[in-house]
Amino acid sequence: MGGRLKIALLLAPALAVIGVLFAGGLVAAFAQSLGYLPAIGMTELSLVAYREILSDEGFFDSLVLTLYVSGVSTGVSTVLAVLAALALRASGGRVSAVVFQLPITIPHLVAAVGIALVVGQTGLGARLAALLGLVGEPGDFPALLYDKYSVGIILTYVWKEVPFIALVVLASLRGVASELEDVARTLGAGAWQRFWYVVFPVISPSVVAASLLVFAFTFGAFEVPYLLGKSYPTILPVMAYNEYREIDLAARPTAMAINVLIALVTGTVAALYLRLARDLGRRG
Amino acid sequence: MGKKGNNPWPAVASTVATAVVAALVALPFLPLVLWAFAGEWRFPDLLPTEWSLRGMEHLFEPGGGVLGAAFSGLLIGAATAVASVAVGLPAGMAIGGYEWRFKGGVIFFILLPILVPPLASTMGVHVTFIRLGLADTLAGVFLVHLVPTVPYTALLLAGVFAERTGELEEAARTLGASPWQAFLRVTLPAVLPGVAVAGLFAFLISWGQYVLTVLIGGGTVVTLPMLLFSAASGNDPVVTSALALAFALPAVLALVLALRVLKPGRGTSLVGPGKVS
Repeated sequence: MGGRLKIALLLAPALAVIGVLFAGGLVAAFAQSLGYLPAIGMTELSLVAYREILSDEGFFDSLVLTLYVSGVSTGVSTVLAVLAALALRASGGRVSAVVFQLPITIPHLVAAVGIALVVGQTGLGARLAALLGLVGEPGDFPALLYDKYSVGIILTYVWKEVPFIALVVLASLRGVASELEDVARTLGAGAWQRFWYVVFPVISPSVVAASLLVFAFTFGAFEVPYLLGKSYPTILPVMAYNEYREIDLAARPTAMAINVLIALVTGTVAALYLRLARDLGRRG
Repeated sequence: MGKKGNNPWPAVASTVATAVVAALVALPFLPLVLWAFAGEWRFPDLLPTEWSLRGMEHLFEPGGGVLGAAFSGLLIGAATAVASVAVGLPAGMAIGGYEWRFKGGVIFFILLPILVPPLASTMGVHVTFIRLGLADTLAGVFLVHLVPTVPYTALLLAGVFAERTGELEEAARTLGASPWQAFLRVTLPAVLPGVAVAGLFAFLISWGQYVLTVLIGGGTVVTLPMLLFSAASGNDPVVTSALALAFALPAVLALVLALRVLKPGRGTSLVGPGKVS
């Protein structure tokens, strides 16, 4: 059948690129995590690297920090995005579409630098606080960068990801029948009840799908924590990068083992996302 | 959304909400713009007490490296955009335009590099790139930039092709056009805006890459995010802000262009969660 050949030919270039550079890279990373590095004469396979990281406290501190940063970023972004979408629903969408697309296109690095200049100890926030007489000198302002709670990192992610989730929510809000909301109101339902029983069931699948994307992204992202995070513990991708840059090549398997774990977590989230997206497609 | 009376949110509240959201979106740009043109701005002054063009001069200094870095970024981004459209267009056509078995699996495979950070795979291919002489070269950096961009162009164009019915092509074929003619004369013009936007975003994703460039470029290939990173780790907010604005400029231009070309309606999301990083 010519059709099947045509499909295969159309897909071939993209699958080749992703297959060689991405899948091939992951397979190589996995092999190296097992200690297979023929370039430096290591050819024996072992689980040493995995045993090492799993018994390393530093790794667990990193894992906890990574889960914390991506969990809080995703949670806060999701709640704010739903609120923003509900608030902007009446504005017709055109304005919000433009306003919201700006943060989506701006590089994370620029967002991080801008946020740092707002919340840093000599930033706009601290200057405003000084003007109000709340702080005397920069040191009085709470440290929100390179801090224990990763506030700067989370704020940058929230600034970047709220618009993304909100656009998805705005799109799905179009499926909410306003008649149904009116009926609920006539029957005496309060704002919260109308949201919980009428609006929420319609938008929740897309909210969850968008949140999954944000979680996977923040779990594996490097730039913002590298710039605004403290040096210990670091999030997992930064830890993998630091291990990779070690001059001692024996640290390579450790870096790769961390990479494999990141890939496993984000890959699982990808599978969840796709399953949800397919169900969404079926219903639509 | 049409009938205003049905909406629980009065128009005024919505306008206020839009203003608040717009202000929050603009907030990080405020210090960037002020610092980029600041001469003297001590704590706790709310505004700079002196202005200067030192930041702008730094950008255009002949030996300063900024122009060269911008040029490298443009070159890599343009090549990445062209290549990922060339590769993503047929894939988008297959996914959006036809029904076939295992489609879900193929979409999953194409989606993976968007969700699984390309950092992991890039560290994996690095050794091979060194052996092939691709490490520390523009070509090597271009190749790894395809990993995050090809999935985007393929899936974005799949959406574009999915909105077409294919009836026009069939009509062209009935009238005697060859498949190639039908594609060139009928299909391509219809999807051209989508292709332009896909290319634009592939460029932006490449332009914004830091870690992939550092890993494969090894410090030999210098682009703007690298200069911005080292400036941000230093102590000169004027230069940092000027670099940040220069780095953000193509994104803003691309957004304006994309909004013109695509005229997205309510809630059209052009890119995923902050992929342009």
